[in-house]
Amino acid sequence: MSEHTVTAYDDELTAMAGKVAEMGGIAEKAFADAVSALVSQDLELAKATIKGDVRLDTLYNELEVKLIELIVRRQPMGQDLREITAATRIANDLERVGDLAKNVAKRVIAIDSDLQSKKLAIGVEHMTELALSQLKQVLDAYTRKDAEAARRVQEADAEVDAIYTSIFRELLTYMMEDPRVITQCVHLLFCAKNIERIGDHATNIAENVYYMVTGERLPEDRAKVDETGAV
Amino acid sequence: MTDTTLTPPSGKTSAPTPNKITSILELDPLTKKRNAAEARFKLYGIIAIGIGLFFLVALLWAILSNGLGAFSQTFVKVDVPLNQQQIDDAEKSVVKTSKYRAIIDDAFAKELAGANITTEMSAKDLQKLFSSGAAATVRDYALANPDKVGTTVTFELIASSRVDGYLKGRVKREDLAEDKNLDAAHLDLVDQMKSAGLLEKRFNWSFITGTDASDSRPEQAGIGASMIGSLFMMLVVLFLSLPIGVAASIYLEEFAPQNKFTDLIEVNISNLAAVPSIVFGILGLAVFIQFMHLPQSAPLVGGLVLTLMTLPTIIISTRASLKAVPPSIRDAALGIGASKMQSIFHHVLPLAMPGILTGTIIGLAQALGETAPLLLIGMVGFIASNFPDGVAAGFFSPNSAMPAQIYEWAKRADPAFYERAWGGIIVLLVFLMTMNIIAIILRRRFERRW
Amino acid sequence: MNEMPNFEQAKTMTESKISANKVQVYYGDTHAIKDVDIEIQPRSVTAFIGPSGCGKSTFLRTLNRMNDTIDICRVEGSIKIDGENIYDPKVDPVQLRAKVGMVFQKPNPFPKSIYDNIAYGPRIHGLSRSKAELDEIVASSLQKAGLWEEVKNRLDEPGTGMSGGQQQRLCIARAIAVSPEVILMDEPCSALDPIATAKVEELIDELRENFTIVIVTHSMQQAARVSQRTAFFHLGVLVEEGLTEDIFTNPKDKRTQDYITGRFG
Repeated sequence: MSEHTVTAYDDELTAMAGKVAEMGGIAEKAFADAVSALVSQDLELAKATIKGDVRLDTLYNELEVKLIELIVRRQPMGQDLREITAATRIANDLERVGDLAKNVAKRVIAIDSDLQSKKLAIGVEHMTELALSQLKQVLDAYTRKDAEAARRVQEADAEVDAIYTSIFRELLTYMMEDPRVITQCVHLLFCAKNIERIGDHATNIAENVYYMVTGERLPEDRAKVDETGAV
Repeated sequence: MTDTTLTPPSGKTSAPTPNKITSILELDPLTKKRNAAEARFKLYGIIAIGIGLFFLVALLWAILSNGLGAFSQTFVKVDVPLNQQQIDDAEKSVVKTSKYRAIIDDAFAKELAGANITTEMSAKDLQKLFSSGAAATVRDYALANPDKVGTTVTFELIASSRVDGYLKGRVKREDLAEDKNLDAAHLDLVDQMKSAGLLEKRFNWSFITGTDASDSRPEQAGIGASMIGSLFMMLVVLFLSLPIGVAASIYLEEFAPQNKFTDLIEVNISNLAAVPSIVFGILGLAVFIQFMHLPQSAPLVGGLVLTLMTLPTIIISTRASLKAVPPSIRDAALGIGASKMQSIFHHVLPLAMPGILTGTIIGLAQALGETAPLLLIGMVGFIASNFPDGVAAGFFSPNSAMPAQIYEWAKRADPAFYERAWGGIIVLLVFLMTMNIIAIILRRRFERRW
Repeated sequence: MNEMPNFEQAKTMTESKISANKVQVYYGDTHAIKDVDIEIQPRSVTAFIGPSGCGKSTFLRTLNRMNDTIDICRVEGSIKIDGENIYDPKVDPVQLRAKVGMVFQKPNPFPKSIYDNIAYGPRIHGLSRSKAELDEIVASSLQKAGLWEEVKNRLDEPGTGMSGGQQQRLCIARAIAVSPEVILMDEPCSALDPIATAKVEELIDELRENFTIVIVTHSMQQAARVSQRTAFFHLGVLVEEGLTEDIFTNPKDKRTQDYITGRFG
């Protein structure tokens, strides 16, 4: 797309997208770190992750102020309007991702012991990989303004949901087998839930990216249901 | 300013290096130069205006000093016994006024005796003190007032132009050596009469209301008849050129299609405004008098010629003021469904009126002062005694016009006429000023803000 | 301010008030308007936007044949109001302009009293039989223009003595007074301050109930605020026309997109 007549406007929009991408990178890393701390019971890493969230919150606040300024000063229309509203929503989602990562890290400290079953961790790790790649892809789609990639991310969310359901079942079995692990398992369950929520945020971001690029709402052809209720 | 260079700033981000810091409290050489130039220019302007003012004052002074004399006139007070017998005798003779002159001679001799003034001069010589029109004054009075016949009436008879000039200081004793009209002895008598109170200088109404007089009687000449002539001419010009001019302008400005033909008309109108007035005069002579056989010397013909001359001025100024009406007013009227004519007559024309009036007055003033074309159509009629009787005659009977009359007087040899010419110019200027004042008043009434 | 009716407007897009078909406008040799087709909905506000010289004002002026006053201007194609072609040789433009009123960029009240400004139109069209009727028309026009309370005690004062915003509303009242069906507005707020602009916009929104309004504006924000439908003109071509919210959030044409986001070269 050609440049704005007012070039400062272009600079501001670029800076805005840069800030969102930076938030995306930090959220991504926090999420990866939190899960890795969970798997390896690395308390130091967990504590660092919790601390790191402050940076994300600061960025989010800064970006929010910038976005309001942009709306006031430039009165965006069309594509620009969509980019700015999308940035607002995406930043919000990323901030939530950061919060969820922090929550996972906190639970690492709460569990504070080796996982009873490495098997469990494998499921969690797998789900994390999926959710993480979803987040990566959607942030890529955002920077490249790729509506098609965003649509694919939305579709991939079903897989994360499926894994979450299976982890839920698994943990349920463990708890029924051995009541001593209930505390641990509940923490793990919350962690799994958080990871699944991150996947949902990635989907939200995908929808916003799609709207930002095309101006159309992403068709909701996927019935979004939590199948754990049926277990 | 002087420090700026032509090289552009090296990069977008790097701020241009600031110039040498200078104080605004001290003037740099260039500013000083500019200020000096400005001061010089102002001075030139003031000098130009000063020169203009000087000439204006000189002109006014010349006009007033030369012309004011025409507005006063010396009269000789004489008690004339009106005797039925003498009047009847006089009316029977061929040259009636000479008999009346004899009556005046007798009365004047008595008057001098009454004032204890003795003179060696004959009655014929004494007559030189009076205007040759004095006898006519007595006669006209006697015929107009038969009931006064038999009584003695105090007449104020017009003194001759030399006596008048002597009392005004125009005629000096040494001038009379070559003059057959008056001798030094007359002047002694005049001095005596003056001290006896027989002479009186009064405001000369007859100069403003009177008619022209023959070469020998400058003291009787007045500008009244030619003023009437000018007035009727102006009426013709006003009532022809204003409607024709305004109609033509409205058509050209608002209705005429924009094509070569309209352009041609426009160019020609502009050219007409620059055509020397004498050309209009010869055109009037050819068309109105030789071809259409309109009466010569008539204000109607003069008016027609001057109308031709004034039209371009009125059309140009009317078009300019129509153009000056903001198009938004036209749009406003058209936008609510007024027809073109309604929008012009209800809105545009009233707003253009002040400008149209100004143009008309300028045109009329030009026409009023125009002499050359009038000479060609004979508007220098010598109207010695008779005013036009009635409005129709005012248009059709021969008359003169003020500038033509002034020109006539200026041509004549007698210096008394020279004085009249200047006086006529004063009247002309007052006439113009009156027209301008009327125009200003009208303009004030029409002027509206928008 | 106009969210709810939008959906209704969108649904009831059946009978259009003005329907232009293949309209071409030439100024001498210049082809100023090319192939414009547009349907203008009754009782709604349609905004024309576009860069300067794009032909939006020219096209607006073809709708009440104000272009007729320009000799070299020629219009082809058909513009129908209620199914009648306004360029039919039988149509008298003066009569048309009583039906399609116009409000201009610069407030242009006549240099007359407020009363006479409003009464002028009804007078020349013979809309009133008596002084009382004329008074009634003047009062109701001023009321509809939201100006009555401000001027009712000074109807005999000159219209040119009012503030800019009042003058523009006076001009709108003057247009209303001849009971038009369509009101064309050519950048009516470009000379007004924001408060006066807001008042005029509020008035436009109220007038929408009774009149079909077409407004040309340079301000996209204004188009977004007052109109239900927006048409974007560029280089004499109608590039895009649609619901205002669509035009401003998701325009279909690249040129519209570039224009509304301020990217025009």
